[in-house]
Amino acid sequence: MIPAAQAAAEAHGFLSPTGVEIAFLLVGLVTLGAALVTVTTRQLVHAALWLVVALGGLAVEYLLLTAEFIAWVQVLIYVGSVVVLLLFGLMLTKAPIGRSPDADSGNRPAAVAVAVAAAAALVWVVVDAFRTTWIDLDGAVQGSTKVSGEILFRHWVLPFEALSVLLLAALVGAIVLSRKKKEGER
Amino acid sequence: MTTTTLAVLVPLLPFLGSAAGLLLGRTAPGFVRPLAVLPTLAAAVLAALVAVRQGGDETIDAATRLTPTGSVPIDLALYIDGFAALVAVLVGVVATCVQIYSTGYLRDDPRYPSYAALVSLFTSAMLLVVYSGDLMVLLVGWEIMGICSYFLVGHYWETPEARAASLKAFLVTKLGDVPFLIGLFALAVDAGTFRITGVLGAVANGGLDHPTLIALLLLAGVAGKSAQFPLHTWLPDAMAGPTPVSALIHAATMVAAGIYFTARLLPVFAASAAAMTVLAVMAAITMVGSALAALAQDDIKRVLAYSTIGQLGYMAGALAVGDRGAAVFHLLSHAAFKALLFLAAGAVIHAAGTNSLTAMSRMSGLAKRIPDAYWTMTIALLALAAIPPFAGFFSKEAVLVAAEHTAFGDRDVAPAGAGWTVLVAGLLTALLTAAYALRLWLRTFRGRGAEAPDHGRQPIAMTSVLWVLAVPSLGFGLTATYVDDWFDGHALTPTVTTAVLGTGLAVAGAAVTYAIWRTLTARTPVAAPAPPAPPLPHVAHPDADAGHVEAEALHLPHPAEDPADPGRALLGPLHGPAADGFHLDAVYRTAFVRPVLAAASLVRFLDREVVDTYVRAAGDSAKGLGWLVRRAQTGNVQTYLSALLAGSVVLAIAAVALANAVAGA
Amino acid sequence: MHLVYPAVLAALLFAIGVYGVLARRNAILVLMSVELMLNAVNLNLVAFDVWLRDTLHAGQALTLFTIAVAAAEIGIGLAIVLMVHRNKGTADVDRLRDTAEDPHDSSDETSTDGTSGGTPTGEKAEATA
Repeated sequence: MIPAAQAAAEAHGFLSPTGVEIAFLLVGLVTLGAALVTVTTRQLVHAALWLVVALGGLAVEYLLLTAEFIAWVQVLIYVGSVVVLLLFGLMLTKAPIGRSPDADSGNRPAAVAVAVAAAAALVWVVVDAFRTTWIDLDGAVQGSTKVSGEILFRHWVLPFEALSVLLLAALVGAIVLSRKKKEGER
Repeated sequence: MTTTTLAVLVPLLPFLGSAAGLLLGRTAPGFVRPLAVLPTLAAAVLAALVAVRQGGDETIDAATRLTPTGSVPIDLALYIDGFAALVAVLVGVVATCVQIYSTGYLRDDPRYPSYAALVSLFTSAMLLVVYSGDLMVLLVGWEIMGICSYFLVGHYWETPEARAASLKAFLVTKLGDVPFLIGLFALAVDAGTFRITGVLGAVANGGLDHPTLIALLLLAGVAGKSAQFPLHTWLPDAMAGPTPVSALIHAATMVAAGIYFTARLLPVFAASAAAMTVLAVMAAITMVGSALAALAQDDIKRVLAYSTIGQLGYMAGALAVGDRGAAVFHLLSHAAFKALLFLAAGAVIHAAGTNSLTAMSRMSGLAKRIPDAYWTMTIALLALAAIPPFAGFFSKEAVLVAAEHTAFGDRDVAPAGAGWTVLVAGLLTALLTAAYALRLWLRTFRGRGAEAPDHGRQPIAMTSVLWVLAVPSLGFGLTATYVDDWFDGHALTPTVTTAVLGTGLAVAGAAVTYAIWRTLTARTPVAAPAPPAPPLPHVAHPDADAGHVEAEALHLPHPAEDPADPGRALLGPLHGPAADGFHLDAVYRTAFVRPVLAAASLVRFLDREVVDTYVRAAGDSAKGLGWLVRRAQTGNVQTYLSALLAGSVVLAIAAVALANAVAGA
Repeated sequence: MHLVYPAVLAALLFAIGVYGVLARRNAILVLMSVELMLNAVNLNLVAFDVWLRDTLHAGQALTLFTIAVAAAEIGIGLAIVLMVHRNKGTADVDRLRDTAEDPHDSSDETSTDGTSGGTPTGEKAEATA
C-alpha cells in the first residue's frame, strides 16, 4: 500500500496541479467567498443572492467531479426553487430591504469560536487522512444522466418512492402550516 | 376450679375489663361503669377466695413456660404465700372501693371511660406484681403501673401542674427503675433464674456473688416506687391527679409495690448488712423528714401525701430490721386508712371548694355539711396517729417491736445499728404524726368564720365507700394475733414498752398541738377584725361534679400564711424549708435538671448550628448550582446550539487525538 | 484530482454554515446557512463516490435524496417561520424565548412559582391562538 501511495505521489503532486485541479481550486475559492458573504452580509436579500453564487459554484464543482446529473439537479432545485422560496420567505416576513444593523445576534463571538474550531478540526483530520489520495477522473463515465437513472431506478427504487411520499407530506404540511386561518377558526 | 386457676383469673379480670372499657368507652358509654366496677369486684372476691384456700399455710407455686428464652428462662409463674394472698385481697378491695367512689366522684367527667380503664389496668398490673413468681413478669406489672400512674396523675392535663406532676412521677420513678432493672439482671445472673423460688433457694445456699451490689441496685427501684428518700419527691406533686387516683396509686397500692417487692426478696437484702443499714437510714430520713414536711403543708392532699411517705418509711424500717411480717402488716392497715383518708379528703375538697387548709380554717360547719367524711376521716386520722385501738396502732407497734428487738439484739437478721436508727426515728415520727394529724383535723373541721357553703349531700357511691373502708381502719389491728400465722410467724402483738412509749409520744404531740392551736385561735379573733379578711379563693363552679371542683381547686392560689397555723408555731424556723419539702426539688433542679437542660441546649445548638449547617449547605449548594444552570436557560436556541456544537467539536477532537495516540503507541 | 481539494472545501463550507446558523438572527438566514451545511455534505458524498467508483453509486443517490429532503425541509421550515412571524410579529431567533427561565425568581422559588408558571402558559396560549 505504501509503495503504491508513493508511486501515486510521484505520479501526481501538489506542485504540479492538473488543469482540473486549478479550475476546481478557483471555483472553490469563489464558492467559499460567496458563502462567507452570505453568512456575513447585513443586507438580507443580498445574502440570498450570494447564496445563488455559492450554490452555483458547487454545481460547477459537481461537474468537475464528473457528476453532471447532480450538478443539473443542484442548479434546478437549489438555485431554481430553494433560493426563490427563501426570497419569498424574506418578502413575506417583511424583511428590511437595505442594510439592517442587527442582522447578527449577540451569539456571534461564540459562533466564530465554534466555527473556527470546527473548521480547524475538520481540515486537520481531512488533510491528515487524505494527503496521498487521488481521484481517478478518467475511465468510465460515472455521473451521467443515463448512469444515474439506471442506478436510481434499478437499485434505489424503494428509497426513491419513500422519498416521494415524504415530499408529498412536506407539501401538505407546509400548506397547512402557512395557511391563514379565518377569524374565529381554530 | 383449682386455686391456681382462680389466682390466674385475679389479675386477668381487671385487665380484660380495662381492654373492654377502652374499646367500648366511646361507642357504649352505658357499659363503662359496670365494666369498671364488676371485674375489679370479681377480682377482689376471687382474691379473697384464693386467700381462704391458701390459708397462710403452704405456698402455691405453679409455673408454665410459654417459650424458651435462652440461658436464663422466663416463666409465667405464680408464687402465692400468705403475703401475696393478703396483699392481693387488699389491692382488690381498695381498687373496688376506688372504682365505686370514682363513679360518683367523676360522674360528669368526659374522660371517665379512659380513666376507669386505666385504673382497671393499674389494678391488674398490681395484682400481677403481687402474684407473680417470676421477676421478669413482675417487672412487666411494675412498669405498667409506672405508665398508668403517669396517665392517671395527668388526668387533668389541661392544668400545667398536672402535666408537670405526671412527667415528674414518671421520670423520678424511672430514675429508680433503671438501676432496678440492672439489679434484677445481676440477681438473675447470680441465681441463674428469674423465679422467686429459685432466687430464694440460691440465697439460702449462699449462691449470690454480689449481694450488696444487687441489693443496693434493687433498693434504688424500691425507693423510686415506694417514694423513699431521696426519690420521694414525685409523690407530693402526684396529688395533682384526681383524689381516687391518689387513694389507689399513691397510698394503697403502687407505693406498696416497692415495699412488697422488698418483703418478697427480703433474704436477698438480708444477705448484705450494708444494704440493710442503707435501708434503715433511708427509712429514718424519710420518716422524720416527711413528718416535718407534712406539718408545714397547706394543701390537704399534700399533707396526706407526706404522711404516706412517712408511713412507707415505717414499712421500709420494718424491712430494714428484717421483719417483713410487720412491714406487710403495716402496709395492709395503712392502705385501708390511707385510702379512706384520701377518699374523705376528696369529699372535703368538694364540699369546701378548696384544697387549702388555711381557707378551710376560715370556714365553720364543714363537719356538719359532710358528716360521713367527718366521722370516717376522724377514724382514719386516729388510725394514722396510732392511737389504740385503731388499726394503725397495732401495725406501727409491730414495726417498733421489731426495731426494738433488733436494737437489743433479740433478733439478728439486721445489724443493731439499723434497729436503733429505726426505733428512734419511728418514735420521733410517732410524735410528729400525731401532731400533723391533729393539725389537719383541727384546721379542716374546727375552722371559724363564714358558714361553709351547702352543696347538697355527697353521692351515695362516695359515702358508702368511706364507711366500708372505715371498718378495717377501726378493727384490722385486732386481727394481729391471727394474721401473724400468714406471715413469717413472728408475733405481731405490741409489747408494753413500745406501746406506752409510742402512744405516750403520740398523745404528747397531739396535746402540744392542741394547746398551741387553742392559744393561737384565742388570740386571733382579737386581731382579725382590724385587717378585713381577704376574700377566700374559691372555685368557679362549686356545685359541679366533685372531680371538676378538684381540678379547679388545683390551681387556685393558696391564701397567705395564717398565723393561727399551729404547724408554724411548732416548727419555728424549720417551717419555711419544710413547706418546700426541704428544698429537695431545688437540689434536684441544680443537680439534674439544670445539667440536663444545659446538655439539651448544647445538643440543640450542635444540631441547629453545626449539623444543620451541613444540611443547609448541601441544600444551598444544590440550589446555587441549580441557579447557575438556570442562568444558562436563556431560551435562546442559538445559545443552546452553540454549546451543543462546541461540545461535539471538542468530543470529535478528543476522539481523533485519542485514536492518533493509540495508533502512535 | 487530489481528494483533499473537495474535502477541504466541504469542511470549510460546513464551518461557514455552522457560523451562519449560530450567528444569524433572522430565521430565514439561518435556514440559508443550513442549506450551506447540507451542500457541504453533498460535495463530500459526490467526491467520495467518484473516488471509490462505487458500482451502486450510493453517494450520488444519497446526494439526490439529500437534495429532495432539503427541499422538503426548506418548505416546512419556511412555513413555520411564516407562522411564527404572523403570531409573534418577528422572525428573529433570539427573540423567541418562551422557554427561558424567569430571571426574576432567582432567590425564592415557591413564592414566585405561581406567577412564573402562569406567564409562559399565557404566552403559549397567545402564540397558538
